[in-house]
Amino acid sequence: MLEPISVSLESLNLITLSPMLIAIGGALLILLIDLFKDDLDKTLYVMLTMLILFVDIGATYSLNINERGFFDLMLVDGLSVISQLIILLTSILFIPLALTASNKRFHEYSYPEYFSLFLFMVAGFQFMVSSDNLILIFVGLETASLSLYTLIAMHNTRDAHEAAVKYFTMGAMAAGFFLMGSVAIYALTGSVELYEVAKILQSQGLEGTAMLPVLGGVVLMLVAVGFKVSLFPFHMWTPDVYEGSSAPMAGYMSIVPKLAMVVVAMRIFGIYINLDMEAVSYLIIIIAVITMTLSNMMALVQKDVKRMLAYSSISHAGFIMAALALGTTKANSSIFLYYALFMVSNLGAFAMLWISQHKKKSFDERYDHPFEKFSGMISVSPMAAVIMGIFMLSLAGVPPFSLFWGKLYLISSVVDFAVASNEVQYIVLAIIMVLNSAIAAYYYLKLIVYMFLKAPSTSETVVYANQSRPLNVVIGIMAVLTIFSIFYVQPLMEFVTYLVSSSGY
Amino acid sequence: MDNILTVLLFFPLIAGLLGFIVNKDSIRAYGIAVASIEFLLSLWLWMSFDVNHAGFQFIENIPLVTDFGISYYVGVDGISLFIIIMATLMTLIGIIALNIKKDIKNLIITLLFLEVAMIGVFISLDAIIFYLFWEFSLVPMLYIIGAWGGERRLYAAIKFFLYTFAGSLIMLIGMLYVAYVYHSVSGSWSFAITDWYALILPLDVEKWLFWAFFLGFAIKVPMFPFHTWLPYAHGQAPTVGSVILAAVLLKMGTYGFIRFSLPMFPDASVMFIPYVATLAIIMIIYTAMVAYAQEDMKQTIAYSSVSHMGVIIIGTFAMNAEGITGSVFLMLSHGIVSGALFLLVGSIYDRRHTKLMSEFGGLASVMPKYAVIYGVMLMASVGLPLTIGFVGEYLSLVGFYKISPIMTMLAGTSIILGAVYMLNLYKRSFFGPVTNEANKKLHDLDGKELAALVPLVLIVVWLGVYPKPVLVPIDNSVRALTSFMHEKAQTKEAKATILVSKKNKEMK
Repeated sequence: MLEPISVSLESLNLITLSPMLIAIGGALLILLIDLFKDDLDKTLYVMLTMLILFVDIGATYSLNINERGFFDLMLVDGLSVISQLIILLTSILFIPLALTASNKRFHEYSYPEYFSLFLFMVAGFQFMVSSDNLILIFVGLETASLSLYTLIAMHNTRDAHEAAVKYFTMGAMAAGFFLMGSVAIYALTGSVELYEVAKILQSQGLEGTAMLPVLGGVVLMLVAVGFKVSLFPFHMWTPDVYEGSSAPMAGYMSIVPKLAMVVVAMRIFGIYINLDMEAVSYLIIIIAVITMTLSNMMALVQKDVKRMLAYSSISHAGFIMAALALGTTKANSSIFLYYALFMVSNLGAFAMLWISQHKKKSFDERYDHPFEKFSGMISVSPMAAVIMGIFMLSLAGVPPFSLFWGKLYLISSVVDFAVASNEVQYIVLAIIMVLNSAIAAYYYLKLIVYMFLKAPSTSETVVYANQSRPLNVVIGIMAVLTIFSIFYVQPLMEFVTYLVSSSGY
Repeated sequence: MDNILTVLLFFPLIAGLLGFIVNKDSIRAYGIAVASIEFLLSLWLWMSFDVNHAGFQFIENIPLVTDFGISYYVGVDGISLFIIIMATLMTLIGIIALNIKKDIKNLIITLLFLEVAMIGVFISLDAIIFYLFWEFSLVPMLYIIGAWGGERRLYAAIKFFLYTFAGSLIMLIGMLYVAYVYHSVSGSWSFAITDWYALILPLDVEKWLFWAFFLGFAIKVPMFPFHTWLPYAHGQAPTVGSVILAAVLLKMGTYGFIRFSLPMFPDASVMFIPYVATLAIIMIIYTAMVAYAQEDMKQTIAYSSVSHMGVIIIGTFAMNAEGITGSVFLMLSHGIVSGALFLLVGSIYDRRHTKLMSEFGGLASVMPKYAVIYGVMLMASVGLPLTIGFVGEYLSLVGFYKISPIMTMLAGTSIILGAVYMLNLYKRSFFGPVTNEANKKLHDLDGKELAALVPLVLIVVWLGVYPKPVLVPIDNSVRALTSFMHEKAQTKEAKATILVSKKNKEMK
C-alpha cells in the first residue's frame, strides 16, 4: 500500500501561481456571465478583460523574485516577471482594439468566448515563461497556441481560416520538435528540470562523444523555437498567417508568442552558452544573421504593408536571436528592452492598419493593405499619416523614436561582447546588424514615400471604417510612448537590468 | 543667459509645433519671424561668447539615461559657434527667398524642424545626442526633397536617406565601441565627447575606429567615392532644399572630422593623411572636371560645391592651426557662397523653368542686378582675394603645404579649375548677345530676392576684407585643439606632424 502523500499548503507557495489563476479565473467568469445572460455587448467583455489583466499585472508585479512553488514546477525569477509584464501590457493595449466603430463588421468580438480564450492564452504564455520544467513549458505552450489558433480562425474570413490551419499545422510540428528536444535532454541527463539539467551537464563535461547527442537536442529545440519565433528556415508561415489574421492579432502575434518563446529559448540555450559551447552560439548567430538578412530582402519586394510588416518582424526576431546567442546580462536585458520598445511601435503600426481595414478587399484584388492604399495620405488625413510615419521611422531605428534605443542598446551589447572577448567576428555581426537596419530603412521609407510624397489615389480614399474613440486613444498612447521614449528609457532599462541580473542571466 | 543653447535648440521646435495652428496664408510671415528671432538669438550667443576662452562655453549637462551614460550635454566653442550662426542665417534666407506655393505650411514647419536638427548637431557634446540629431536631420530633408523636388525626386530623396543612414550606422558602432572602451577603463558609461577626448586608445584600435567614423562623416561631406548621392539630391531638391543642404548639412561631415576624428584619434588621423588627402585631391580635381562638363547650371554648382568640400578636408587634415582654422572658415564661406549660388539658380529657374546654360546667354544686359550678384558670388566661390572664399582657401592650402607641397599644388588647382568652369558658366549664360527670345523679357531680381541676396553679398565682402572677428575665436579654439592633439599623440610621427604654434591656449 502506498503511503498517503502529505503536502503542506505553505510548501506549495501558491502565490507564485496567482497571476495565471487570475487570468484563468477571469476567463471562467466571462464564460459564466455568458451562461446567464447572452445578449451582452462586447464593450462589457472588453472592459472586464482589461480589468482582469490589470489585476493580473498587479499580482505579477508584487511577486517575490527568485521563488519556486508548486512542487518546484513554478519558477518566479526576473525573466518571468519582466516577460509577464510585457505580455500583460501588450494584451491590455491589444484588447481595446476590439472596440471598433461597428459591431457588425468584425463579429469575432461579439462572442464572449473570444475574450475567455484570450485570457486562457495569456495564462498559457504566463506558464510558459515562469517555469523551468520542460513539461510545464510544453503545457503552457500548447494551451496558448491552441487558443491562439482559434482566435485567428474566429476572424472568420477565408484567409483567416487558411491562416489558422497553416499556423496550426506548423505549430503542431513545432510542438513535436519541442517534445523530441525535451526527450533528447531527458535521455542525456535524466531530468526535465532545466536547473538539474544544467548541473548534470556541467558535472559530466561536454567532451568527446557526449557532444553529439547534446547538439542533437539543441538542434531539435532550435527547430521548435525557430517555428515559434519565426526564424529562417522555419519562417515561411509568418507572412501568410499575419495576412490572414486581423491586423491587431497580427501585431499581437509579432510580440507576445515570440517573447514567450524567446524566454524559453533563453532558459534552454542559456545553459549551453554558459557552458561555453561555442557551437551553439555560432549556430544561433548564423541562423539569426540569415533570418534578418533574408527576411529584409523579402520585405523589400512586398506589395502589401501587412506582409511587409510580417517580414520586418521576422527580421527583428533575427536581431533578438543574435543578442540571445551572447548570453551576457546586457544582451539578455537588451532583448526585453527591445521587445518593450518594439511593442509600442509595432502594435501601433498594426493598429493603424486595423482602423483602415475593410471586410471586403476594396483596393486590390489580392491584398488588404496594398501600398497604393496609403498614397497621399498626408493630404487626405494628415494626422494619421504623421502617426504612421512616426511608427515607421521608429521601426527603422531613426532616433529619437522608441526602437532606436532598443537597437542602440542591443547593438551596444554585441559591441561590448566583441571588445570584451576580443573576437573580430562579433564586430562583423554588429556591422551586419546595422547594415540590415539600413536595408530595413528602405521598406519602411517606402510606406512613408507613399503616404507623404505621392499623390492620393483618385479612385478611392482610405476610409477609416473602423476608427472609433477607443482605438484613437490606444493609438495615441502608442504614439506618445514612441515619440517620448527618451524620457522613460532610463527607468525601463534600470528595471529590466535589475530583474534580469537578479535571476542570474 | 546661461541656457541660451537650450533656448536656441528648442525655440524652432516649439515654433514648428505651434506653426500647425497658424493659418496657411500667414505662415510665410510666421516662418520669417521665427527664423529671424532664431537668427537674433544666435547673434546674441555670439555677443555673449567669450572670444578669449578657447574651451566649450554655455555648457549644460542634464543626465538622460544615467545607466548608459547618455546625457543632454551641449556647449559651443569657436569652431561650432559660427557654423550655428550660419545655419540660422541660411534658414532665414532660405525662408525669405521661398516662392513655393504648394503646401507651404508643411514646408515651413519642416524647415523649422530641420533647423532644430542642424543646431542640435553643432551644439551636442554627447555622442548619442549628436547621433540623434544627425540622423533626425535626414527626415525633414527627405520630405523636402521628396515632396517639393523635381521629376526624379523620390529616387533622389531615398538615395540621400539610405546612403547617409548606412554610413552613420557604421559610425554608431564606432561610438558604441569607444563607449565600451571608456566603460572598461573608467568603470562608468559615458558618451560625453569631452570624456572620450581623455581616452588614449591602443594604436590598432584607433585605426579601425578612425575608419568607422570616417565612413559616417565622409558620406555626409560627401567625399569622392561616396559623393554620388549629392548631385541627385541637388538636382532634384527645391531651391531651399539645395541651399540648406549645401550650406549646412554637408558641413556636418567636416565638422564631425574636427569634433570627433582629430581629437579622438590623432595618431590614426596623421597616419592616414596620405589616403584621406588623396581622396580629397581626386575629389577636387575630378568633380571640378565633371562640373565643367555639365550643361545644367545647378549641376555645375553642385559639383563645384563637392570640389570645394575637398579643400575643406585638405585643410582639416593639415593638422596645424592654419589649416584647421582655414577649413572652418572655408566651411562658413562655402555655406554662404554655395547657398547664394543655389538661390541665384533658383531665381532664374523660377523665371524660365530651365537650368540649362544653352538656353541662356546675354543675361547681363537683361538682368544687370542679377548678373552683378551672380558675379560676386562666382568670384567668392573661385576664391578671389578680398572675397570670403579667399581667406579660407588660402589658409587651408598654406596649412597643408607643411604636410606635402606637391599635394598642396594639386589641391591648389581647385582655384584654377574653379575659375575655368565658373567663368565658362558665366560666359555662356551672361555674356554675348541675347540669343533666346524668351530671355529678352526677363525681369530683374525683385525685392524678395534682393532681401535674401544682398545681406549675403555684404557678408561676402565684409568677411573677405576683414575676417578677424570671425577668425580669432575660431583660431583660439583650433589652437587649443592642436595643442591637445599634440599632447595626446602617441607616435613620434604624429607629434611631429601636429604642429603647435606658440600662442597656446588650454583646452578644457
